[in-house]
Amino acid sequence: MKHLPLLFWLICAACELSATGWAYGHGFAGARFFPATLSTDDPFVADEFSLPTISSVVTPDDGGTRDTEISSDIALRITPQWDIEFSERFITLNPSHGKAVNGFDNLSIGSKYEFFENDEHEAVVSVGLDVDVGGTGSKQVGADTFSTWTPGLFFGKGLGDLPQGLSLVRPLAITGLVGVAIPSSASTDGSPNPAALQLGFAVEYSLIYLQEQVRDIGLRAPFDRLIPLVEISLSDPLDRGQTGLITGTVNPGIIWSGKYFQVGAEAVIPINSRTGNDVGFIAQLHFYLDDLFPHTIGRPLFGGR
Amino acid sequence: MNRFKNICLILLLTGAAVAHAHAHAFVDHAEPPVGGKVKQMPQEVRIWFTEAIEPVFSGIQVFDAAGKQVDKKDTHLDPSNRSLLQISLPPLEPGTYNVVWHVVSVDTHATKGDFTFQVVR
Repeated sequence: MKHLPLLFWLICAACELSATGWAYGHGFAGARFFPATLSTDDPFVADEFSLPTISSVVTPDDGGTRDTEISSDIALRITPQWDIEFSERFITLNPSHGKAVNGFDNLSIGSKYEFFENDEHEAVVSVGLDVDVGGTGSKQVGADTFSTWTPGLFFGKGLGDLPQGLSLVRPLAITGLVGVAIPSSASTDGSPNPAALQLGFAVEYSLIYLQEQVRDIGLRAPFDRLIPLVEISLSDPLDRGQTGLITGTVNPGIIWSGKYFQVGAEAVIPINSRTGNDVGFIAQLHFYLDDLFPHTIGRPLFGGR
Repeated sequence: MNRFKNICLILLLTGAAVAHAHAHAFVDHAEPPVGGKVKQMPQEVRIWFTEAIEPVFSGIQVFDAAGKQVDKKDTHLDPSNRSLLQISLPPLEPGTYNVVWHVVSVDTHATKGDFTFQVVR
């Protein structure tokens, strides 16, 4: 492992800080159905389960290292507005020179509270906290020995309240998050661990909404359940000499949402050479526990129907 | 590899265990069609949902362009199809009409929405 360059580990640290581990939610606001997004979190509190989420990117150390990850997330509602979330992932790092290593990343534990919903305007806002528990993962794959706390604000807004004259724009929706990843340790082995601003956005065009609320253009299954989208995920270090070393990706893709689950796939396009030079991918199978098990684990522990 | 097979098996068993589950009800299609234009006066609005629904907690309302309710307030399920909700209409003048619906599927999930259609000469 000693032969891997310092830049590689810095990138690993940046990725670690940028990966909030929030379980990605699906939900409704009025007539709007929002799918669970793949690369950024959305504001919904839900009962859901992702297995697997598979991603593969090449990190930009000298020669490049392929980072392949298989992860799983589960979110369960305590009350209709409050959930807890757990996330874990298995990482394989395959450097261009040297031996591949693999192991589990740190366990991620989170919680989210939805405090605002406006059905008429298809709007929702929530707050959340994710804790990446240091020392629970494998050092071989760069799992931090310190914890990272990431409080965040999440929002979602559908454009269904636009005038009828803009009907073809009404299927658009945006979700997003603003958070700050705060490491519990200032440095590790002499390398700084900066706090980082986390920004994520997803712009979605729902063919479900188009067919159901705006205009039946004749799409039938399975095409009437598609949601093309573009996600943007950014991490901007805020201190400890790392200010301005922003990393991020732009991820165009598509989600198909069924009765009980959704599948999605996106290209992962780095925004700069600091993030990477090659296009990667992410794909996910995601189950709606509230639809699968509406009378047991798919309902809030307290305050459900 | 064995672990992967075990995971697949668990997923398959999970799928089997939920074979009788239901889900949120979405609009599959409607007559008059969502956002469509019709020349013949519709006798009723019919909405096919993706799930069987509970009529007691479900309803349709139809409004004209001025916001006046014009339907006959007799929302009912089709006797032979629990996912088809309908409401009767009086003779309609040409114009744009707004259909507002809310349903609860048989597993108690609630959804709602609205759409327009036009009656043209």
